[in-house]
Amino acid sequence: MAEERKRRKLIPNRTPIPEQDPKKRGSNFKEVSLGYTTEQALEEAERCIRCAKPQCVKGCPVGVQIGDFIELVQEKNFQGAIDKIKETNILPAVCGRVCPQEDQCEKLCVVGKKFEPVAIGRLERFVADWERDHGQKTKPKVAKSTGKTVAIVGSGPAGVTAASDLAQMGHKVTVFEALHEPGGVLLYGIPEFRLPKSIVAEEIACLTDLGVDIQTNAVVGKLMTVDELMEDFDAVFIGSGAGLPNFMGIDGENLNGVYSANEFLTRTNLMKAYDFPKFDTPIKVGDRVAVVGGGNVAMDSVRTALRLGAEEAIIVYRRSDAELPARAEEVHHAHEEAIRFELLTSPTKVIGEDGWVKAIECVRMELGEPDDSGRRRPVPIKGSEFQIPVNVVVMSIGTGANPLVPQSTKNLDLNKWGYIVADEETGRTSREGVYAGGDIVTGSATVILAMGAGRKAAGDIHRYLMGEPEPEVETAAEVKNQP
Amino acid sequence: MKSDLTKILETKLIREPDVFYFKLDAPAIARKAKPGQFVIIRLNEQGERIPLSLADINPDEGTISLIVMAVGKTTAEFVELKTGDEISDVCGPLGQPTHIEKLGKVIVSGGGFGVAPLFPIARAFKAAGNEVVCVMGARSADLLIYEDEMQTVCDRVLVTTDDGSKGTKGVVTVALEEELKKGDTDLVICVGPAIMMKFVAFTTKNYNVKTMVSLNPIMVDGSGMCGACRVSVGGETKFACTDGPEFDGHQVDWDLLMSRQQMYLSEEKESFEAWKARHAHLLETS
Repeated sequence: MAEERKRRKLIPNRTPIPEQDPKKRGSNFKEVSLGYTTEQALEEAERCIRCAKPQCVKGCPVGVQIGDFIELVQEKNFQGAIDKIKETNILPAVCGRVCPQEDQCEKLCVVGKKFEPVAIGRLERFVADWERDHGQKTKPKVAKSTGKTVAIVGSGPAGVTAASDLAQMGHKVTVFEALHEPGGVLLYGIPEFRLPKSIVAEEIACLTDLGVDIQTNAVVGKLMTVDELMEDFDAVFIGSGAGLPNFMGIDGENLNGVYSANEFLTRTNLMKAYDFPKFDTPIKVGDRVAVVGGGNVAMDSVRTALRLGAEEAIIVYRRSDAELPARAEEVHHAHEEAIRFELLTSPTKVIGEDGWVKAIECVRMELGEPDDSGRRRPVPIKGSEFQIPVNVVVMSIGTGANPLVPQSTKNLDLNKWGYIVADEETGRTSREGVYAGGDIVTGSATVILAMGAGRKAAGDIHRYLMGEPEPEVETAAEVKNQP
Repeated sequence: MKSDLTKILETKLIREPDVFYFKLDAPAIARKAKPGQFVIIRLNEQGERIPLSLADINPDEGTISLIVMAVGKTTAEFVELKTGDEISDVCGPLGQPTHIEKLGKVIVSGGGFGVAPLFPIARAFKAAGNEVVCVMGARSADLLIYEDEMQTVCDRVLVTTDDGSKGTKGVVTVALEEELKKGDTDLVICVGPAIMMKFVAFTTKNYNVKTMVSLNPIMVDGSGMCGACRVSVGGETKFACTDGPEFDGHQVDWDLLMSRQQMYLSEEKESFEAWKARHAHLLETS
């Protein structure tokens, strides 16, 4: 069958995915991307040539057996396809939506060398959604109980993946979540129109099916420390996320109407402020909103502002279009929704009146010599200051390490930014039995990288708990001070 | 999935018509909580997250206590809860505890229902061997709360009322100043409305007495993630939820605090009015 497929002429372009009309979607929180129909999924799956040396899987931080699942799609065995993905990924409907596949699996796709790569993410989403709509959830296999216990700090992508893997290996897992619902950034950070919360809830419910105990409202570092957890559990994995919002340190940043992206998104996503007053949490939007930053979170914020009713929602980013760190797809969607981009522009102060934001003063930038990140450094153009009248400013310029866990844990090595030092391959920290992964180690990254870190740590925690021999690995001390 | 509801063990009307005492079954929080800390509660699935100071902590009993005054929709809903009812979410303890040590003489000063969180703080200072004086004020005698409770943990309790219906006539700073004049005060701790804390801090500054105030800005997560609770102390932006809630009162930018507290005034009013309208309807039909 594979031979036959190779001989067939490949369609150069991937099957387009239906999307909500940009004009309509700007005023609702429904999902932008509607997902493939069965016909479209089959059409796209046919573009996979089942190559002899598949590269795609090397690009997947959790090692999804991509070729195998796509072959099952080709055979219309959708249940088989989703079961195959779930062998390595507990969050397929999430990953199919928010993974930067263009930088991972799809970047390495052999078809992509000549044509557009196979739309792996869209196919992953299709089978995950298919199962939710049609299938009977296949019960995951759980190994015989080992009698060992593991505490997981945080129920975001890193914690959920580690919890799922460890539970399947037969360990008794308890997850401690600070907020009132599990999901971490999937819940409070990524908007409904990109990742419906019902999907997050359903995928996280799989953890409960595996026998994982999730304790909400449990702020580790406050309600209990990691040291106390180590008394009750055989191992601890810290996946608490980055979480401390950065501000620029410019005048006027504490005026009413200035939000961190975390607050703006948390009010909207977790607290459902878009449905105020049915939900109690309010949010200020105003007619004109400036979002400072150019990452995925900035795109999420600016598109959220639009949906909350802003007449004009503006990205203010200090570098040019080429340096925008957000996924191309998100930038494209933002353009389609008529988001205004003020590029090569940096805020100098927030101007207020009676305690409220009235405008943001910016300066135009030009690109100079490359900086440490290899990107050309933006330099202010003297005398180019100008004002953009706005009612709300959202600062989306990254996050720092939340100190609650690091500072309340004894003898835990931190790097100079306050992130936990952990081995990249094993998640081991300077404390025996204490592991860490995700943004609390790397700083702000992606869902799938955090999942990958959770997976790797789970593997090593298993070895540690079962007293299996150690593979040759670098120690945490050797990787110290890496960002 | 939700299994961690928190049960109300006791309710008590503290002051007519709208200030209530609640004792909650929260053994894990009670075990860890220290005076000066707070919890964030969310009453139900549609609820907002609001911070409430701990009015008492009983680790042996596994309980924490809160004093709630119905000032908006959430607190109005809260005070309607009865013994045996359950709260969807109680998260804590949050914030830094009050730094308790033996100093000599400590004044705890509070206004309105802000007196309640001073109770565990005063008790801890007393237990540490300090002379503890409570200076509490209200507009009139019938609005005073927790006077008897404070008597049990303080050496002296000084009361002021604006209308002179009890104790010294005037605002709390009048009695506070009399006490400061003695020159033997080592520390003032103040909890209450921002405007009152501001004037207490102004007063103590003249006497050069260290003053810690418990700030009450708007919060969402309460664990340092959102930054809603930014306050300016000594010209630096701090997060009240993780750096505070107690700060040096002489360094606080009070105008900023009060301005930020007003951020959602119109929405809070809208939400409260809508609730009252619905509520009146419910009461009629019940």
